[in-house]
Amino acid sequence: MLKYLFAKNEDIPTGTAAVFFGFSSIVWFVIGTGLGSFNAAKLAFPDFVMGNEFLAFGHLRQVHVHAVIFGWISMAFAMAMMYITPALGNTKLWSEKLGVWNCFLWNVGLSLGLTVLWAGITSGREYSDFPWFIDLYIALFIAIPLSLNVWMTVITRRTQGIYTTNWFFVGACFMLIIVFLIGNLPEFFHLTGLTEAYLTWWFAHNVLGLWITPVAAAIAYYTIPKVTGNPLYSHRIGHLHFWSVVVFYSTPAAHHLMSAPLPEWLKSFASVEGVLILVPAVAFVSNILLTMQGKWNMFVENLEIRFTITGCLLAIPLNMQGGFQQTRAINWYVHGTGWIVAHAHLALLGFSTFLEGAAVYLGLQTLMKRKLYSLTLGNVHFWLLLIGFAIYWISMTIAGLIQGAGKIYEVPYIDVVIAEHPYMIARWIGGTMVFISNVVWLYNMWMTAREGTVVPAGRMPHELAYER
Amino acid sequence: MNFREYKVGARLFSFALGSSMVITLLFPAMEMGAAVATDIALDKQLSAGRETGFNYDDPLMLGWGKPSKVLVSADPVSGQPIPATYAYVYPAGTPFPSGILHPRTLGSAGAGLSEKVGRVGEAQKKSGAVFLIKSDEQKHFYIENATATLGWAPDAVLKAALDENVAHVGAGKTQFVREGCWWCHTLLPEQTQDWQVFGAPPMLGDFNGESPTAFGSDRKAPDLLHVASRNSSKEWMMLHFFNPRLVQPHSIMPRYDYLWGEKDATGAKIDFNKWRAEYTEYSEGKRADAPEVPSFAKDSRIRDLVDFMLSLK
Ligand code: HEC
Ligand code: HEM
Repeated sequence: MLKYLFAKNEDIPTGTAAVFFGFSSIVWFVIGTGLGSFNAAKLAFPDFVMGNEFLAFGHLRQVHVHAVIFGWISMAFAMAMMYITPALGNTKLWSEKLGVWNCFLWNVGLSLGLTVLWAGITSGREYSDFPWFIDLYIALFIAIPLSLNVWMTVITRRTQGIYTTNWFFVGACFMLIIVFLIGNLPEFFHLTGLTEAYLTWWFAHNVLGLWITPVAAAIAYYTIPKVTGNPLYSHRIGHLHFWSVVVFYSTPAAHHLMSAPLPEWLKSFASVEGVLILVPAVAFVSNILLTMQGKWNMFVENLEIRFTITGCLLAIPLNMQGGFQQTRAINWYVHGTGWIVAHAHLALLGFSTFLEGAAVYLGLQTLMKRKLYSLTLGNVHFWLLLIGFAIYWISMTIAGLIQGAGKIYEVPYIDVVIAEHPYMIARWIGGTMVFISNVVWLYNMWMTAREGTVVPAGRMPHELAYER
Repeated sequence: MNFREYKVGARLFSFALGSSMVITLLFPAMEMGAAVATDIALDKQLSAGRETGFNYDDPLMLGWGKPSKVLVSADPVSGQPIPATYAYVYPAGTPFPSGILHPRTLGSAGAGLSEKVGRVGEAQKKSGAVFLIKSDEQKHFYIENATATLGWAPDAVLKAALDENVAHVGAGKTQFVREGCWWCHTLLPEQTQDWQVFGAPPMLGDFNGESPTAFGSDRKAPDLLHVASRNSSKEWMMLHFFNPRLVQPHSIMPRYDYLWGEKDATGAKIDFNKWRAEYTEYSEGKRADAPEVPSFAKDSRIRDLVDFMLSLK
């Protein structure tokens, strides 16, 4: 990588930035889920590793969250953007060199940010935990260069229109910058009190709703038509999806603070808008599933399709939960329980991770022109990930329902802690399977780079047969 | 090729996102910004100081530049007994909270009274100040700068007070945020069903000037907003933080023994390995009694944290 930082733009091979981003994201995935599994072990066995401040749960929890969100998910997005945006514009990435620098500065900044959080230096605001200098770094050296590259690639495209995926990319980059700068205003300008608390959740909600969800969906709009060869079922529905994300997903932030004394009209408004999030969700899932018509055999036979469709199917329970758990009728029961942790992992480890996984598989094989090293290892990755996630989700959902019941029936707190214990152990086992699956994936991708069969020019990797 | 065909789309996009931000940011911010600070809010901001998250005055988040909350029962100038009252002592150089720097954040009535009657505008960071919470007959709460009105100097107040009457609440909140207590505990009893067990939920004006609010979103453990009303034993807190399983065998709360630092209250070095080994023997039934928990030093991080816990009434 270092040698490309100072090379001339023309001398950097096409796709370099995307390949670096792809491998970085997998490495962060391994680190992030490893930390997740460590934290889960601490919640199941509180005396597992003790006496050291830097291995304490309170110091490592936020490191896990930010490693997976900014390391795995967002870097996989960057990889997808640097590969898909030029491919859809029939052109090259606007600046490969900017891309390589972006990746380098991203890794440096993220390592720095996580170290600071690890040491306990935080803004004390969930999801925007990074202190303000890290926030500024992220805006200036991570988000803006990435967006610039995506926007300029779209502007310099050699096609007449812009395909669905690219609108989403262009729009989401813009929204990410806005959300980052506005969501962190309390830290820049010392805002306090409820305003600060509300902006914290405005940030948390919108970074998920205007960055992670739309970009993940946009990736599926590319992968499914590309690999199956079917055209997208409907561009109109794609429009509906895009506009309803902008209108409905950007407004319900207050549903995270239903039990705080925010203005009542705001809470009611948020609740209604939150149910309307079902509009983009239904539009997306139906559009993708209908695109699969006649090609359902690929759901079984093709790894990338299997990942993408699994992610889309997981979006169904995700949005059903999301739409209803935030209404007052249900929120008072599940708020603050393990149910929400299960929901967060259904969104990020279920829905979104599976879609990005497919993009990274497809992108790395295409750009390196190498066929995946081993299908068996790919299958092992898929199943361990899915089963591990399912164990996690089911166990935390049950734990959440127990906590909810304990809450309303005023059960002494410690009895709730005792009742949850088996599910904490199950969560740890499930999460550890996810971690192991990612180690397998990293090995498989590394071997693909070194020993995968070369894909001949003009062919797609999925057209070749697997060898192992 | 150009963007021309997307002009309408781009305009609609900015219109949609812009309106969304007006409704969900501007309107609520105007409404919440007008909230009038209650005595709870004044107490919280005066005890916590300028801000608790990362800041210049405390870059490592160890509780530097924080005020003390002191129980005063005699006038520090004349020595005459007075009704016991809390004074918030800001020694020279300690940064002031937002209610002092920008009184308008206290809401209309509180702002006017704090400036005119309380003379907060005269407080100087260079020389420090002592603040009190006062109210007029209509129960409008405001901040009084006792250094200006009564001539109480920060050092004099601290010198006259016994150590047990000095609470490091602000530094304790820093520990609370830094050690991630809020990943398991909340500071926000819910409006619907928490009244009986965890106490009254907070009201609109209870937060002015507080940063961060550290509500917490996951509740794996009891809400702590009123914990000291349920349990105000320093001794219990000490045992519980050293090893929660000493007092609650099924607890999943981590041990915070590392907050004791190297030395105990007598200045002797704490042998953590020996303690842990003895505790393991005890939990395996090989020992009748649990080992003695060392009492903490006056300037340890755990002292700050316990002071903060006991201030949550
Ligand atoms: C892993 C989650 C976890 C973390 C982190 C944690 N606690 Fe706890 N805490 C618990 C649980 C569970 C209980 C209830 C059982 C018990 O009494 O130990 C509890 C109980 C308490 C109690 C007694 C509450 C009551 O109602 O009597 C206090 C006080 C407390 N914790 C303070 C803290 C502080 C301060 C921190 C941070 C330094 C902290 N806790 C970090 C899980 C946690
Ligand atoms: C891509 C994968 C993952 C993502 C994106 C992810 C994301 C998150 C997020 C957003 C939270 C905060 C949840 C909340 O506040 O409600 C969280 C918490 C947590 N995650 Fe993950 N996670 C992933 C994988 C894992 C894995 C494999 C484990 C292993 C067990 C794990 C264990 C945990 C634990 C223990 C917590 C703390 C939950 C709590 O405080 O109750 N995560 N994760």
